Amino acid sequence: MDALDGNAIAGQLMEVFGREMTMTIGTCGQCGAGARIAEFAVYVRGPGTVARCRSCDAILIVMTAIREINCVDLGGLADLTPE
Amino acid sequence: MAGTAVRGRLTWQLADVVELVDETPRVKSIVLDVPDWPGHRAGQHVDVRLTAEDGYQAQRSYSIASAPEDDHVVLTVERLDDGEVSPYLTDELRPGDKLELRGPIGGYFVWEASLGGPLLLVAGGSGVVPLRAMLRHRAAARSAVPARLLYSSRSLGDVIYRDDLNRLAAYDEVDVRLTLTREWPTEWNGHRGRVDMELLSEVAWPPGDGALTYICGSTGFVEAAANGLVELGHDPARVRTERFGPSGSR
Repeated sequence: MDALDGNAIAGQLMEVFGREMTMTIGTCGQCGAGARIAEFAVYVRGPGTVARCRSCDAILIVMTAIREINCVDLGGLADLTPE
Repeated sequence: MAGTAVRGRLTWQLADVVELVDETPRVKSIVLDVPDWPGHRAGQHVDVRLTAEDGYQAQRSYSIASAPEDDHVVLTVERLDDGEVSPYLTDELRPGDKLELRGPIGGYFVWEASLGGPLLLVAGGSGVVPLRAMLRHRAAARSAVPARLLYSSRSLGDVIYRDDLNRLAAYDEVDVRLTLTREWPTEWNGHRGRVDMELLSEVAWPPGDGALTYICGSTGFVEAAANGLVELGHDPARVRTERFGPSGSR
């Protein structure tokens, strides 16, 4: 499955965080690589949406929406720094 | 639906369909009147949501094709035969209909005249949509930034915005290059074949010129073009990418 990028989840993230998030720099909790969320590898075809690190493929963000409730797991991120 | 949108918050709202424009046999532009549109930046997109009678909803993102300075918000949609949303938008939607959307969305794949250039735009198929917004913005803002668009299509008949791109290319500082990958007219004097290192090195400025680059298309197209430019010596930090799904969901 081809990965999209963080642009594809800009709307979902804005809905959850109440602001534009794709310019925010996320640091991978596994390898320490930092990248803008817009540059994450994003898979939207599964039951949920998964964002992975382009350096080490670790899962950074998992998002699912169930009955209009958004569940967002940022557990793979060591840090989020707005640019 | 909320009566007033809180600035900065993302709210679903109803837009009025003003006009539908045939761009190619598979691609239509939807001209919209969006009440209280807060304005957008070239390269941003909107989320569009369709709701069936039984309540089932399907949502997709579509790039904004119009410049911030244009009178209407325009989306350009490619019909995907197995799509859930695009066949409705290209086949069923009529002027006077309402369309539910939210936006503008995105802050990364955005170009404003103040960001300067030179500006290198690389498009595969319907990936040209946000890049066209950038070129229209460049013209409307009377920017003197030199701009080059390298646009890959299957055939001449698949080229979106052909007339508009010809008009935009009339500016001295704007160069539009088409490459056709599957078929071309016998008299075709544009490029033939996929975007590769050779074509990139021919069209792009030398890496030392520090061009600001935007690449949009399918995942495979974007990665080939971005990797090619970086291999040619372009600064990865000045190469911005936006990938459409294989399903072309945007």
